[in-house]
Amino acid sequence: MEVSWALLANAVIAGLLLGGFYAAMSVGISISFGMLDVVNIAHPAFIILGSYIAYIVNDRFGFDPIVVSVTVSPLFFLLGMALYRIYYLCFERRGQESLRGLAFFFGILFITEVALVLVFGVDYRMVNTRYGDVTWRAGEVDFPMRLVVPFLVSMVMVIGVQLFLTHTFFGRAVLAVAQDQLALRLMGVNPVRVKELAFAISIATAGVAGAFLIVIQPVQPAIGREFIGLVFAVCVLGGMGSIWGTLLGAFVLGLAESFTSTFFGPSWAPAVSFGLLLATLAFRPSGLLGR
Amino acid sequence: MLGNSVLTAPRRVLGALFIGLALSGTALAQQPLKIGFGMSLTGPLAGNGKAALIAMEIWRDDVNAKGGILGRKVEFVYYDDQTSPATVPGIYTKLLDVDKVDLVVSGYGTNVIAPAMPIMMQRNLTFMTLFGLNVNSKFNYDRYFQIMPAGPNPAVGWSQGFFDAAMSMNPKPKTVALVGADAEYPAMALEGAREHAKKTGLKIVYDKTYPPNTVDYSPIVRAIQATNPEIVFVASYPPDSAGMVRAVNEVGLKTRIFGGGLVGPQFAALKTQLGPLLNGVVNYEFYAPDLGSKFPFLEQFLAKYQARAAKEGVDPLGFYLPPYAYAMMQVLDQAITATKGLDQAKLAEYIHKSTFDTYVGKVGFAKNGEWAAPRVMMTQYHGITGNDVEQFKKPGRLTVLSPKEYKTGDLKAPYHENKK
Repeated sequence: MEVSWALLANAVIAGLLLGGFYAAMSVGISISFGMLDVVNIAHPAFIILGSYIAYIVNDRFGFDPIVVSVTVSPLFFLLGMALYRIYYLCFERRGQESLRGLAFFFGILFITEVALVLVFGVDYRMVNTRYGDVTWRAGEVDFPMRLVVPFLVSMVMVIGVQLFLTHTFFGRAVLAVAQDQLALRLMGVNPVRVKELAFAISIATAGVAGAFLIVIQPVQPAIGREFIGLVFAVCVLGGMGSIWGTLLGAFVLGLAESFTSTFFGPSWAPAVSFGLLLATLAFRPSGLLGR
Repeated sequence: MLGNSVLTAPRRVLGALFIGLALSGTALAQQPLKIGFGMSLTGPLAGNGKAALIAMEIWRDDVNAKGGILGRKVEFVYYDDQTSPATVPGIYTKLLDVDKVDLVVSGYGTNVIAPAMPIMMQRNLTFMTLFGLNVNSKFNYDRYFQIMPAGPNPAVGWSQGFFDAAMSMNPKPKTVALVGADAEYPAMALEGAREHAKKTGLKIVYDKTYPPNTVDYSPIVRAIQATNPEIVFVASYPPDSAGMVRAVNEVGLKTRIFGGGLVGPQFAALKTQLGPLLNGVVNYEFYAPDLGSKFPFLEQFLAKYQARAAKEGVDPLGFYLPPYAYAMMQVLDQAITATKGLDQAKLAEYIHKSTFDTYVGKVGFAKNGEWAAPRVMMTQYHGITGNDVEQFKKPGRLTVLSPKEYKTGDLKAPYHENKK
């Protein structure tokens, strides 16, 4: 195969666009797992739930799926609050969050899948958008809108979450929960309430990422399982609890996948991605930008 | 009154025993005929699995309405294999040892048929299977039968029409790219495609597989484009078929013929989702509405199927898998009726030597359990506008390129100039 600049440039663009999508899927995990220490293995199930809500509204009313997902994100926020409250009362408060909490989120994952199967059936669903089949070309470099639009919205969302966490009182409280809950209590702040709201934000981001997913590829109820490894890998690679790290980790994995697929063979992509993860953890156990 | 009885106590006991035995004999004769299988009701191939299940249930209801098989009502015992090969051995062991089913058939697809084979072979069971590609090439089991019309050499027969169409182009192509998912079916299909390339003297310029959970296929398509192949053969499952077709359109792949083994465009879900992006793609199908007059028996089935499919949210067209799922059960039904029992050896022997009348036409099996002659239709999509499902029910969207007896037109090449 002849390696040209166009091929190289396209590999970079494809990797960045893919990384943007991975960042949207992983930012919620970075909050729940990285900051709150809640192993929400059901995160991809909420992504798929977001996909189906975007699908149903797009199918019935023709609204853009990403606009729909942003509009319904408060509902995901409320769902996240309720879920964390149950998790806290049943497991965390009793100190049983490690194994039983994990089983709880596995249960949520399967229940969500089965509910989606019962409501929507098992067939693949996809949405129609104005930009879905449009590709911008700058010389020999392609910008498929199917990936560009989710990428742009993802950047807004991820950077927005980072700014919120670092520039608001509540955001700093979330970061404090991640570091020292006892200190937070001594300052008169209820860490459970802070965790509840932060977990709700993580679920809201999953709903939006779901719309990205269904814009990019067809979705069926069990497809979320395929992303469990990926979202945790991005979170760990970037550094637990670091949003910038998550963004960087997502770009690294996106670029690794794109370059491997283009120049070596796509079947090597997972091995290269996870090899990178292992190598990073060997030399920098806290991840790329972890503390 | 008791004193007036003509029966002594021992006679009464004997009489009761006799009546009991007679009744239990009747009950045995009326016990349902249990057929067990695993089926993909969740997971990536659940859409197809559910459609196949509906077709099989229609068959069961039809048979039971006529009084069952050998006077026994048919009952299904089935479990969701989650489209996961790992679940299959457990499912069939349970069906045979715990549920005590009388017969087993396969679920949908190569991935779930292959792991069931060792169990069937250990227990010498006749195994009717649904859409496995070339599974028996590794097992050589004489009681294996497969209903997909790929022919006696399935890996090669599967893509025969595609390579025939490719080699009919003038000038003859010299290079081919092969790409498929890392899974059982694509591996088999690619194996056949390599044989075609060898036979026809095509130079393979790209031969790679990709993980099934790939999100963006454009790097793969660009890598293919960089090798400038004249033919691109793809063997993929539904989500990757959608991803490949989209990526090919986004990248603007320039090649003379593209497609071959994409699973997915046969169903309404992908047909409607991809819509005009499918124009120009050459791909296999088992039915085209343009051939309605050659498949008159299908109409009766499709009427029943489409009514149920609409309610259950699965493929509303039902042209691809469901008629063959029904036909698979018809073969089994006719074999049981003819051999008057469930003797596995007799069933296998009868299926080998007979020809069966089914909804998909006359079916006979080769020595390896595959169709005696291939009937994979290679078609080219054209004239698709918008995403409306109704257009796919009417003639005019598919040109059948092969086999000869079903041919409705010629290949339009190159691919990138015929996407209308």
